Amino acid sequence: MRPQPPPKRPLNMQTIDLTEVGLRETNKTLHAQSADTNQTAWEIVNPRGSHAIACGLDAPIEVTVKGSTGYYCGGMNQQATVNIHGSAGPGTGENIMSGKIVIEGDASQYLGATGHGGLIVVKGNASSRCGISMKGVNIVVQGNIGHMSAFMGQSGNLVVCGDAGDALGDSCYEARFFVRGTVKSLGADCEKKEMRPEHLEILKGLLDEAGFDADPSEFTRYGSARNLYNFDVDNAAAY
Amino acid sequence: MNKHDEKGIPHTTPRQSATFTQDVNSDIRRAAATGIYDIRGGGAKRKVPSFDDLLFMGASISRYPLEGYREKCETSVTIGGLHAENPIELDIPITIAGMSFGALSGPAKEALGRGASAAGTSTTTGDGGMTPEERGHSNKLVYQYLPSRYGMNPDDLRKADAIEIVVGQGAKPGGGGMLLGQKISDRVAHMRNLPKGIDQRSACRHPDWTGPDDLEIKILELREITGWKVPIYVKVAGARPYYDTTLAIKAGADAVVLDGMQGGTAATQDVFIEHVGQPTLAIIRPAVQALQDLGMHRKVQLILSGGIRTGADVAKAMALGADAVAIGTAALIALGDNDPKWEAEYNALGTTAGAYDDWHEGKDPAGITTQDPELMKRFDPIEGGRRLRNYLKVMTLEAQTIARACGKNHLHNLEPEDLVALTMEAAAMAKVPLAGTDWYPGKPGTGF
Repeated sequence: MRPQPPPKRPLNMQTIDLTEVGLRETNKTLHAQSADTNQTAWEIVNPRGSHAIACGLDAPIEVTVKGSTGYYCGGMNQQATVNIHGSAGPGTGENIMSGKIVIEGDASQYLGATGHGGLIVVKGNASSRCGISMKGVNIVVQGNIGHMSAFMGQSGNLVVCGDAGDALGDSCYEARFFVRGTVKSLGADCEKKEMRPEHLEILKGLLDEAGFDADPSEFTRYGSARNLYNFDVDNAAAY
Repeated sequence: MNKHDEKGIPHTTPRQSATFTQDVNSDIRRAAATGIYDIRGGGAKRKVPSFDDLLFMGASISRYPLEGYREKCETSVTIGGLHAENPIELDIPITIAGMSFGALSGPAKEALGRGASAAGTSTTTGDGGMTPEERGHSNKLVYQYLPSRYGMNPDDLRKADAIEIVVGQGAKPGGGGMLLGQKISDRVAHMRNLPKGIDQRSACRHPDWTGPDDLEIKILELREITGWKVPIYVKVAGARPYYDTTLAIKAGADAVVLDGMQGGTAATQDVFIEHVGQPTLAIIRPAVQALQDLGMHRKVQLILSGGIRTGADVAKAMALGADAVAIGTAALIALGDNDPKWEAEYNALGTTAGAYDDWHEGKDPAGITTQDPELMKRFDPIEGGRRLRNYLKVMTLEAQTIARACGKNHLHNLEPEDLVALTMEAAAMAKVPLAGTDWYPGKPGTGF
């Protein structure tokens, strides 16, 4: 028997050329993977900023997109891990339920909007409205985040190793925000909070999960002052 | 009351102001006492030009009618065949509009499902997600995709027979909702991922898209997640119907749901309900014009809502170009909302049967717009479903009666030519002649 050439990548890695295969067939193939699939490693090449790549996944698979993506990559993700080896367009990981999205580059606006669970990791910066209306997702950003982030955030944790822009946590509910750097301004009803041991533990866990080497004690916690939870005319000026 | 003063000079008749009416004055007193604007449910209560201002002409020597109960008049409608693999097939063109679990009780949602399914039509979820009661009892269920995304999850999305992206609703174009703390029960709080008992605001814009170009991408994402199987509707308020319809079609919608200002809401500011938006009669022709200009009339379906009450309203909407209608408030009344049998309790709440609109307070005597377990017990979902089915059947029979009288063997064959208007306003809005004339304001070539 002649010797076989060594594999260039893991034996079970499936590669899809998005430009050749097209979006519909690509997503259809990924959606067809069941909970017990042994084809767990997928690579998408030539994404060329396409929208809705690997959205609606619901299986324990790992998809690596080799390049930058357009809107809604990994949207409504369940169970899967989506790695973006580039920058990510608006609404990446919107309404994520579980699983993980890791962005090697920067993320555009509305990152993880309305996410209910799972983890989103950004190794670069995230733009405005990061974590808008978050409902349980955890988002960890190594760089900075833009203005109006976590607007109306309901639950989950937003960790920022750099700085936060204007109006952080405006009108938030029970979401927690941990910022290591500066916060340009806090939004309505968002305030600085005491960092208690349980928060340090949550923060440490998230930093570890994201693979970021940062000291939790350097962060400040922010959250809802809960003054706007029930309408009071004396608070109308807050808007 | 003395008719003369102490010197014998007659008093003038006490005269109420047409500007400062008793209604207005009570609003001022309420505002002065509370410091909060009035929040209520329902749609516009003011009188606006409506389908009541239109009449069908019926058959004559130049048109011959169809025999009632003998010659067939079809009522079916297919929605969403343009892009979806599985369009929605309905027996009747009257659907149930989106109403949330939270605003309505679980049993009320169940009754809507039972009644609609028995009548061969669809129901729609609302701002609170999909409940098992509703999915279990609705043969065809439209899943609303709302700005708040409360309860939004992909598992429910995939269970839906159609998806309705809500951009606006007729009661409050450009506005979000408010569910006051007393209706945020444990179950509602859990579904919406909020603390119990707080005032819950529903966002007025989608968090992850703005404008028609983004909408096109959002529709692509929803289609990809659901495998291009189910139709995607776009619901807009009656704000700028020509442009909104055009942009929804351009973005790839399978159907456009257009909601006039008489369309109800669970709760928003009274000033919003009464002063923002356009009457249902005014919005249909521009929307149909947009569909026709794009060659999409009858390909992209138009579902009209906002104050539809009778088979006559259904027939008029369809004659003006709608493919179907949706009812919300009327369905609640069919279930038993605002029924005079609860008059004593309505009185205790400072109102009267027919006028009760504080649905957000959760004290509905009829047990429909409430999360109070004791009040909910008053409402029987099986009986409610039966009543709704009856009502939908009656509306359909009424519409068929009119269509046959106009010589039409399908409700879709009704046309503007079958109509006249009773008022100048209605003639201008519906673009049908003022009764007794061959003219309407704005008719091309007439110099107005």
